[in-house]
Amino acid sequence: MSELLLAPKRMIELEIDGQSVRVFEGETILGACRRLGIDTPTLCYGDTLEPANACRVCVVEVEGARVLAPACSRKAEAGMKVQTDSERVRHSRKMVLELLASSVDLSTTDEIPGYLERYDAQPERFGPPAPPDPDRDRKRTGHHVEPDGQTAATVYAPVKIDNELYVRDYSKCILCYKCVDACGEQFQNTFAIHVAGRGFDARISTEYVAELPDSACVYCGNCIAVCPTGALMFVSEHALRAEGDWREDDQTVTTTVCPYCGVGCNLELHVQDNTIVKVTSPDDHDITRGNLCIKGRFGFQHVQARDAP
Amino acid sequence: MFGAGGGTSSYREMEETDVVLLWGSNARETHPIFFHHLLRGIHNGARLFVIDPRRTTSAQWADRWLGLEVGSDIALSNTVAREIIHAGLANRAFIDNATEGFDAYAASVEPFTLAEGERLTGVPAEAIREMAHAFARADRAMICWTLGITEHHTAVDNVLSLINLALLCGHVGRFGSGLNPLRGQNNVQGGGDMGAIPNKLAGFQDIEQDHEARARFEQAWGVTIRPTYGWHLTQMFDGMEHGELRTLYVIGENPAQSEADINRTRKLLSELDFLVVQDIVLTKTAEMADVVFPSAASWCETDGTVTNSERRVQRVRKALDPPGEARDDMWIITEIARRLGQDWPDPVAEDVWDELRSLSPMHSGKSYARLEELGGIQWPCPDETHPGSPMLHERLWAEPRIGPAAPFTVVEARGPFEELDADYPIRLTTGRRLESYNTGTQTNLYSSPLHRGESLDLSPEDAERLELADGEVARVSSRRGSVEAPVRIDPALRPGLAFMTFHFPDQVDTNQLTIDATDPKSGTAEFKAAAIRVEKIERVEDEERAGVAEHATVGGQQ
Repeated sequence: MSELLLAPKRMIELEIDGQSVRVFEGETILGACRRLGIDTPTLCYGDTLEPANACRVCVVEVEGARVLAPACSRKAEAGMKVQTDSERVRHSRKMVLELLASSVDLSTTDEIPGYLERYDAQPERFGPPAPPDPDRDRKRTGHHVEPDGQTAATVYAPVKIDNELYVRDYSKCILCYKCVDACGEQFQNTFAIHVAGRGFDARISTEYVAELPDSACVYCGNCIAVCPTGALMFVSEHALRAEGDWREDDQTVTTTVCPYCGVGCNLELHVQDNTIVKVTSPDDHDITRGNLCIKGRFGFQHVQARDAP
Repeated sequence: MFGAGGGTSSYREMEETDVVLLWGSNARETHPIFFHHLLRGIHNGARLFVIDPRRTTSAQWADRWLGLEVGSDIALSNTVAREIIHAGLANRAFIDNATEGFDAYAASVEPFTLAEGERLTGVPAEAIREMAHAFARADRAMICWTLGITEHHTAVDNVLSLINLALLCGHVGRFGSGLNPLRGQNNVQGGGDMGAIPNKLAGFQDIEQDHEARARFEQAWGVTIRPTYGWHLTQMFDGMEHGELRTLYVIGENPAQSEADINRTRKLLSELDFLVVQDIVLTKTAEMADVVFPSAASWCETDGTVTNSERRVQRVRKALDPPGEARDDMWIITEIARRLGQDWPDPVAEDVWDELRSLSPMHSGKSYARLEELGGIQWPCPDETHPGSPMLHERLWAEPRIGPAAPFTVVEARGPFEELDADYPIRLTTGRRLESYNTGTQTNLYSSPLHRGESLDLSPEDAERLELADGEVARVSSRRGSVEAPVRIDPALRPGLAFMTFHFPDQVDTNQLTIDATDPKSGTAEFKAAAIRVEKIERVEDEERAGVAEHATVGGQQ
């Protein structure tokens, strides 16, 4: 349907790693790389939000530019010459990965082991993790303590389980702000969360660090859908992982239509052992663009809560 | 509209329209992902007018909230129309080319001056004028509505009055302009598409008048189809009352809790000779049944299709095995047919769909393969080269016009069936909340921080006048029944207006209060307008209450 409503687009030509490529005007360098089959690492990119442009593992070198450019958001231009695997690019990606991996728990970010190996990143070189900061959630701007240089500061925070539907584990947060964008004006327009604090103390928070049931949250779970590191997770997934029983390889994903109102949102049901363990919506479907409401995201439980007749 | 029952536009058009009238709909809570498209339109500069007695969460996004009196929708639309006509903003070229009946319509709205409109609707004249001018002057404008328009005894007239406004300004049949009923259930549109309505065969082919279509169905099925309209739900209950309907087979519906004037409904259901219920859970209706068929959940335990509010047919797919003895609806129906002596083959969803495609021209081009490939297809889609129809009625803009003219309809402004009086001075309107759905048979099986049970929502003024505190249990009575419900003070309500949902009928049986005054054409009951009385319950001392509690419970069940 949607292609009927789209205007025609102009093609432009650029060069990446010495290869010529033609892309639609408005496409990003990342899009052009993918057309050439150049595997570009990304963490915060990958759904229907505007590129968050935050993690910097996708940086590339653009000839004539002073600084490296994030491939995920920089638009391709006619005649552009791009290097994706130069010494400068490799060095920068390695450093970004080391800083992230030394300070954040990336154990549920599937791409990370491959990226660390590919760039020979050694996050452990900053020393063992520093003791957790118990006041991290309430740190105020301008109160940063100098690190001792012997240990790696982390963003550790206790797991927040304050409702029946989803878990927030900000030890895993790379501060890509995508949850903030999804909750805010890009999709949900609820504005329940935002970034609090500055510098290394920055973290995602509700107003006055309120627990979710006391916040503006409406439990659409659109933040979970865009979280790249598993910091935000269904309670069902969190529990299965804690029991060591989260088996993604054994799961089926079936696309169907939500049973509630008449909008017709597509649901992807992630099923393990004949039980729905997670619900997502396809990013490439123009009804939802990956978004759902509380009923679509969490209202599936009736099919497994009923008694077997 | 104009022949086929479906919205004229696609959700995506909401993002690029200029003016939206959201009329009798709290889409922010009841159609949240549709509202995402509308929000994108607002961010792109669209002006939103919300017409609703309550200042809802949708109204909080509006440039203007028109808080009309419950049931004064036609008075408001007629006032808007008169203002547009008198300001010289009617689209004469479109009216002349594409419509008929304008003169009679213009004459009918003539009494509805702005002052009269304000008197009848409670909406300030200036706000009515602003909306009329904004709508008429917009390059693109949408009217969207939900049950606030259709759950009235004037349901069909309410819809026609909105169609009149669109015709008056030519806001239909073009990108970004249209008329869109937001369907309340995931396959309400599909039920209509498939002929699960009393007067149409699948594909909106009239059972009385379309002899050619009826002959096609007769030939395919090898049976004779009586060329007479069936009964809609309201007529069925009347049929039960008169003893003409003695057996009922209910599939996926919970009328024992969802119908207006529920005491009457339960009495009629209990007097049936034979009641069969087919559902995924043991509903209150199922508890009354002689036979219960446990069925698989149609959205995740079977294959098939549903149609959404933009006429898009989409696939549902089996992701789970149903529990225990639950069976696919198709299987149950086939087995019944076999016990009745019919030789039906084992049912396969795609085969059933292909038969439908062979009989309903508007669906012919939608093979399962194409539905898969295109992420659903909007009807009409007559053949396999057709891309589907994001928009309807573009023909109205052809010059000379193609096909029949779109008619204006003179509609009479009548208020709610049940008027307020000294005994029942408060208007009760009912609706939904974000996290819940209908009688809660599905949504009460998950819990969330948003679930807070039933309440009687009252304006701060009424609560103060009645000396009711937030959370205090009050007695709510209408001419049909009486329930107790905790009060919730809601500043979104004006004095004299109360709101309840019907999501928690086991806790508070809201539909004891509602009225089954129905629209004769659609059969929809006036869930949106009952007259009630709210009373403080004088609490006796705790010890005394403990002593009489048992007594009271027994009394309540008699």
